[in-house]
Amino acid sequence: MRLNLRIWRQAGPEDKGRLVAYRVDDADEDMSFLELLDVLNEKLVLDGDEPVAFDHDCREGICGACSMVINGQPHGPQKATTTCQLHLRHFRDGESITIEPFRAAAFPVVKDLVVDRGALDRIVASGGYISAPTGAAPEAHATPVPKANADRAFTAAACIGCGACVAACPNGSASLFVGAKITHLGELPQGQPERSDRVVRMVETHDAEGFGGCTNTGECTVACPKEIPLDVISQLNRDYLHATTGGRRTA
Amino acid sequence: MTMTNYTDFTIGGPVADTAAPAGPVEERWERRRFGVKLVNPANKRKMKIIVVGTGLAGGSAAASLAELGYQVSSFCYQDSPRRAHSIAAQGGINAAKNYRNDGDSVHRLFYDTVKGGDFRSRESNVHRQADISLQIIDQCVAQGVPFAREYGGLLDTRSFGGAQVSRTFYARGQTGQQLLLGAYQALERQIDAGTVTMYPRHEMLDLIMVDGRARGIVARDLVTGETRSHLADAVVLASGGYGNVFYLSTNAKGCNVTASWRAHRRGALFANPCYTQIHPTCIPVSGDHQSKLTLMSESLRNDGRVWVPERAGDTRPPSDIPESERDYFLERQYPAYGNLVPRDIASRAAKNVCDAGRGVGPTGLGVYLDFAEAINRLGRAAVAAKYGNLFQMYQRITGEDPYVVPMRIFPAVHYTMGGLWVDYDLQSTIPGLFVVGEANFSDHGANRLGASALMQGLADGYFVLPNTIGDYLAGAKLHPVDPGADEVRATEHEVANRIETLLSIDGNRTVDSFHRELGHLLWDQCGMERTDAGLRKALDRIPELRREFWSSVKVPGTGAQLNQSLERAGRVADFLELAELMCLDALHRTESCGGHFRAESQTEDGEAARDDEHFSYVGAWEYMGQGEPPVLHKEDLHFEYVTPSQRSYK
Amino acid sequence: MHWTFTGGGPHPVGMVTLGERPATRVRHTPRPSSVQLKIVMAVSGALALLYLVAHMIGNLKIFLGADAINTYAAWLRTVGEPALPAETLLWIVRAVLTVAIVAHIVSAVILTRRAHRARPIKYAHRPPVKGSYAARTMRWGGVIIVLFVIYHLLDLTTGTLNPNGVSGDVHANVVADFAPHRWYVTLFYAIAVVAVGFHVRHGLWSGLQTLGRSSAAAQNTLKGVALVVAVALTVGFLSVPFAVLTGLVR
Repeated sequence: MRLNLRIWRQAGPEDKGRLVAYRVDDADEDMSFLELLDVLNEKLVLDGDEPVAFDHDCREGICGACSMVINGQPHGPQKATTTCQLHLRHFRDGESITIEPFRAAAFPVVKDLVVDRGALDRIVASGGYISAPTGAAPEAHATPVPKANADRAFTAAACIGCGACVAACPNGSASLFVGAKITHLGELPQGQPERSDRVVRMVETHDAEGFGGCTNTGECTVACPKEIPLDVISQLNRDYLHATTGGRRTA
Repeated sequence: MTMTNYTDFTIGGPVADTAAPAGPVEERWERRRFGVKLVNPANKRKMKIIVVGTGLAGGSAAASLAELGYQVSSFCYQDSPRRAHSIAAQGGINAAKNYRNDGDSVHRLFYDTVKGGDFRSRESNVHRQADISLQIIDQCVAQGVPFAREYGGLLDTRSFGGAQVSRTFYARGQTGQQLLLGAYQALERQIDAGTVTMYPRHEMLDLIMVDGRARGIVARDLVTGETRSHLADAVVLASGGYGNVFYLSTNAKGCNVTASWRAHRRGALFANPCYTQIHPTCIPVSGDHQSKLTLMSESLRNDGRVWVPERAGDTRPPSDIPESERDYFLERQYPAYGNLVPRDIASRAAKNVCDAGRGVGPTGLGVYLDFAEAINRLGRAAVAAKYGNLFQMYQRITGEDPYVVPMRIFPAVHYTMGGLWVDYDLQSTIPGLFVVGEANFSDHGANRLGASALMQGLADGYFVLPNTIGDYLAGAKLHPVDPGADEVRATEHEVANRIETLLSIDGNRTVDSFHRELGHLLWDQCGMERTDAGLRKALDRIPELRREFWSSVKVPGTGAQLNQSLERAGRVADFLELAELMCLDALHRTESCGGHFRAESQTEDGEAARDDEHFSYVGAWEYMGQGEPPVLHKEDLHFEYVTPSQRSYK
Repeated sequence: MHWTFTGGGPHPVGMVTLGERPATRVRHTPRPSSVQLKIVMAVSGALALLYLVAHMIGNLKIFLGADAINTYAAWLRTVGEPALPAETLLWIVRAVLTVAIVAHIVSAVILTRRAHRARPIKYAHRPPVKGSYAARTMRWGGVIIVLFVIYHLLDLTTGTLNPNGVSGDVHANVVADFAPHRWYVTLFYAIAVVAVGFHVRHGLWSGLQTLGRSSAAAQNTLKGVALVVAVALTVGFLSVPFAVLTGLVR
């Protein structure tokens, strides 16, 4: 199949960047979207051009590295699918495809489609953990966790940290990402001691990193390749309200 | 037997694990912990440790070492430490908790692992790992890892390939992800506390040795292209396995051997490079454009039944093939374990039926994994609850619905049991260089059992290394290294020269084209079945390919920028050297064991035939210079508790 | 010292000592936090919505005749008497409402400015997400509503812009306002009411989402509730001018 691509090219953070048109004539519908870029890059290299830089690693939808916006949708048109698992059978022969980086002030472009998502790590560093130093753990069965809580914790913990929620949000908010971690740890008995502190610190860092505020447009959960539900943001709000008004905050 | 140049090697003196204590196997770890020298807390604060890699082993090691008070610098090539490929492990993690009351024990896990490794691992190490498995589950639960639970709120377990007890803890099909996020969060906590300095998008390109000890690394900042030295008191490699030498594997695209190989070139012995694991349940290759292979969790074999048509060349769709004309070959050949035989056995059985012309799918390289019986027995909803995400993934990639049409699977390179040689303390033959997780060779012998990689990575990182590294640091009496020291400068120059050379060749072949060719060659000659002739063919071709690479590779761009072609070029250059050692190791080991199957060495019914008399040793190779024959050092293996026998899963 | 590969031969490589933390960007934490702003939006929006519902129900009295609505309007001024002086409750309501609206607008402006800063470069091509129309019209819909409210106060509260403009004669003022030849007033009113409808549809759901604990299952219910309330408000408010326009109320 033949595809017309318009790809964002930007040499570095200071470069202004622009969309450049490319045509790939020998795409195959069994190819993944990243394999399409591989094919294009092989050609570009042999033609003496610079290949398109893009983040990718596991190529099985779990590492969260791949990050592009395809025809305006983070990870492309296929529901619950990362770019690396998106296959060309979902596109028409001759289709035009625009490929852009994730757009957010908190995700500065490094090069072409590669952005810096370190802000998400810094949010986690500010409180997205349970303090359990190695060696200090009690026996695993000492604290049973009701299955419903464990299941909800898991659903939230499935977040791969790709940042598609931020890319999709018209406010550039990372609330779904923060809410997922708050919900994951807040559903578990092990997460209770730090629950209030965690939410306050994570929200502070979220705001300081330059992410926008949530206005419940719901576009994040539509874009999320792991279908993290919107109610994790409700949980975030509730925990925050509780932490800032209920006096549960310990520090 | 005449040997050409490149199949030459010499045999050096034996290598011994002097750190392993004697005594009853179940007391050795206790004894060792008592035997190690301790570093006082005030001194720990002054000591610097570099950890390369942030997977289960590296992430847990960096976090745990920082908790102890050391200054840690952590490096990963990914944009975030959360993305290391441990994240892709699906099935689960073994622990001898015996929560099921089904006869499990530390000793049974130890026994199963030694046997599963086809008697090519160390009893001391394996026992320690089985022992620590109990603590790992406790640790991960305390961190908030959302393991699957029963309605009563207790942890659920399942059985897994190669085991008859239900000892595998899991978090749906994303166990690796959840365990890694636990380690990652512990690591981020230390980053916030200032005890770990994180260097994401940094790649280690060489090891700095001063006075015969590992004292730092040269790393390239992948964003700016800047290469810098980072000095420390000890270096820990947690850089994973080398499965990507085959080009197509279940590894992430970025997985590479560079950190390990550079350390090998600096003197660390590389053990058992030919021990590679081929995983039986992967999605078959669909075309030449394929960039990687996707694993379907081994847990699928708990309910899926593997079959092929009885008749060769039967191209009917699976639904048209009546039960009587199907061959459930694993159940037929291995009635005791059935579809749950260990990976090496399941893979080779699949290869054999495909070689006999009974493979399915467009390429004939595939077998069915059928859930029809499970769906009838348990109902579609129950099957979806257990495997829903895996079915979805399969459908996404192949466009076929596994609830209706049986999955097609084929073996693919998945894990490498070989790696840098380490002693019981996880220290390599270079003082001050420690190796943890898949990057070392130690615990899996010639074949790894399912759900054991996560166990080993976390055992090494959380519990073993933090207890043993202090022994080295307390005893080494290290002086600060002058950043301008000759050894440091020389290493920096070598790295710079190599990058400069790669960029200046400006040939006419892409890096990937070399990588693909190397991968094909290895898959054909050093894959699931190896022969003397095939390995020699590979050993003929690899040096040529390497020469072609260094004369005609094309790496665009400059070194002073994000340059993914340059990154790949450096990695492929190292694979081109490693590949030769793998083939040589496979050639010299004229027995079959675990994942290493030599066609010349099989039993009457086609099973791997070990040669314990001649090969009951770890083959640890010493690098002698490019083009120079390497030296083989043998570490003899002794079995006091598990008597080597022909493995049988019948 | 930074070393680049563009020069001639290899040069010395830069050196770093361990333990030296890479310079982290200095960031200040914006106040109020994004979640606090959201809570203000939800609470103030809830107050405004309660007022709207009461207002709409009051409007419907026009269908019971001129006396009914005029009496009701007078009662609004006297309610609470004699315990409270005249118009006390009315002014309390007006004060609370004003504070709520100002807080709502200020929060919205801050959130909007942060949103623009958070996404300085727009996508070249981004198709609208299905079902997000109401969410995407919050901002300019809000502006329309503010402009309308100003006009509306001058029209039917102070009477300044009303063709009749007799204080207390609500019925006559309304009938004069929506006379057929003043179709543009009716149109403006209708546009504003529809904007209110959209605003309430997303706003009510969003507020419940912010303040409540919604589950995936409850979300659809909440969305349904928000839609019903929004439609009821829209229809209720629109019924008055259209009744005048069609001569049902004269």
